[in-house]
Amino acid sequence: MSAMIDRPPALLLAFAPGRRGNGTIDSETILSAEGLTRRFGGITAVEGYDLRLAQGDLVGLIGPNGAGKTTVFNMLSGVLRPSAGGVAVNGQDLTGRPAHRFARAGLARTFQNIRLFDDLNVFDNVMSGGHMRLGAGLWPTMLQLPRFWRAEAAIRERAAGVVELVGLGPHIGRRAGDLSYGDRRRVEIARALASDPQVLLLDEPAAGLNPSETAGLTALIRELVNRHGITVLLVEHDMRLVMALCHRIQVLNRGRFVAEGAPREIQSDPAVIEAYLGTRRTRAGAA
Amino acid sequence: MSKNVPDALALPQARPLAGGLRLAALVALLLAALWLASSVLSAYGATLAALVCLNVALAVSLQLTNGLTGMFSLGHPAFMMIGAYVAAVLGYPVARKSTMLSGLPEALAAWQAPFVVAVALGAVAAGVAAWLIGLVVLRLKGHYLAVATLGLIVIVQGLALNWQGITRGGSGLSGIPRKTDIWWCAGLMIAVLVIVWRLKFSSLGRAMMATREDQLAAECIGVRTARVKLVAFVLGAVMAGIVGALMAHLITVVTPRSYGITLAFNLVVMVVIGGTGSITGAVIAAVAITLMGEGLKPLEEGMGLYGLSQMMVALALVLVLRFRPQGLFGSGEPGWLIRFFRPELSR
Repeated sequence: MSAMIDRPPALLLAFAPGRRGNGTIDSETILSAEGLTRRFGGITAVEGYDLRLAQGDLVGLIGPNGAGKTTVFNMLSGVLRPSAGGVAVNGQDLTGRPAHRFARAGLARTFQNIRLFDDLNVFDNVMSGGHMRLGAGLWPTMLQLPRFWRAEAAIRERAAGVVELVGLGPHIGRRAGDLSYGDRRRVEIARALASDPQVLLLDEPAAGLNPSETAGLTALIRELVNRHGITVLLVEHDMRLVMALCHRIQVLNRGRFVAEGAPREIQSDPAVIEAYLGTRRTRAGAA
Repeated sequence: MSKNVPDALALPQARPLAGGLRLAALVALLLAALWLASSVLSAYGATLAALVCLNVALAVSLQLTNGLTGMFSLGHPAFMMIGAYVAAVLGYPVARKSTMLSGLPEALAAWQAPFVVAVALGAVAAGVAAWLIGLVVLRLKGHYLAVATLGLIVIVQGLALNWQGITRGGSGLSGIPRKTDIWWCAGLMIAVLVIVWRLKFSSLGRAMMATREDQLAAECIGVRTARVKLVAFVLGAVMAGIVGALMAHLITVVTPRSYGITLAFNLVVMVVIGGTGSITGAVIAAVAITLMGEGLKPLEEGMGLYGLSQMMVALALVLVLRFRPQGLFGSGEPGWLIRFFRPELSR
């Protein structure tokens, strides 16, 4: 991909560098967020969320239920407009832009409650991910110009590659709505990959998977990061998976940062343990 | 893993010629059959065949908007009316324009547009109307489009009824030159079928279906859903505008009541009975409903059972919704048809 930064990253320059002491801002930063805040009415779901993902990063975002993880994902992917703060993908400030602009800039995502195109078959689902970068326009399509045939062939080729990578080969002709839960998750990842992303956001990819499926998923994510250079941010409740897989972990609780660091640091961090288990002095501490 | 990969992943080369030649052969066959039929058919039969072609074009173009892209537009009659009036007014003989259409600007009053130009301008007018409405309404979620297009029918009817100087109000435009024949209608039907079919089996079509299935997920893979919906809506409206223009020059009369809410209902029924998104289904439903309507006319007139055909249409809808809610063909096409036109897609 040649989709590197093609103009000065205005938003990035405004970021306070190294606030959490993990690396500096450089052209390798693919996804960054600064002070992301979202309020729903009087409730603050997320406040002051920061993120800086470099090429090849594999970061986990964890926290108890209701910590605001999905809200963060929605803001990072353009589904939800932040009340304050900003998001930049590949150096482009996309704050407040529609989700398709995030996708074009190189970001793809999956959803906690899988959102497939149920009535289309698996291969069409995956091919639809290729439309953004490879699809032919209206006139070439209606007139079936050579450009249309080239585009269709390129989309098929890309989708076939992704299907093989994800291991969906035997299912390509089946209706997506009829697949098992684990296969549906893989179709969603395949569809996201077909859009040729540089950063992939996975919202609870292992939820509802059996142990062997989870092992396959772990291997797949590793392969995406190590062999294909894709940057991954994932929300996950399966702690074994998160601890084994991620280079770095962010912990949210009630919409705020609790900790960020390597898996081992996180596991022994008293603030994290408190967030998950609570402490005796909860009421007194609030005052 | 790779030994499990089925043949479809062996990436057959797209064969544009195979499908194209087969299409050409089929069209030639169809036109030959039509030529044969037109020499046998009575004047009534020829007009009926033309009407069937136009109704097929209508149902299939609505399939593009409502079936593939998942919008709920009722606006086809309005776009037909716009196309019909624009084409009829422009194509009226100059001698009669001065006496009948007093409100016409001088430049238009002195010019009789050639038939093709009049039809094209009617289509453009319908497309512009759809574009303006779509720009505003398609951004909203929910059934705003249905309400807006229903409103558009009422507005266009009101306009036709009250813009006396140009539309002659309630009496409508009569004596429109009969320029449309079966060939025009069949040609339009084939063009609409080819275009909608090509769109359905293309990346753009997948983007449309993705928008229908889950708009948010479509956005997140980079589909500009607002634009895709606008394209489908305007394209459907342009097709409806052409049908309206051709129909005006076939029946030679257009009144504010020619195309109304009943037609909007009938067209949606054709789409639902055929299967939402199925081109084949829409064709079959359109042919069946049109022929049934004509077939029941003697009964309606002879026995005073007016409205019988409308009741039959409603009954058919209820039966389909009860026993086969996905419609005759679901959202697909028969496999042999896909194999015939797009051999590289079959697996």
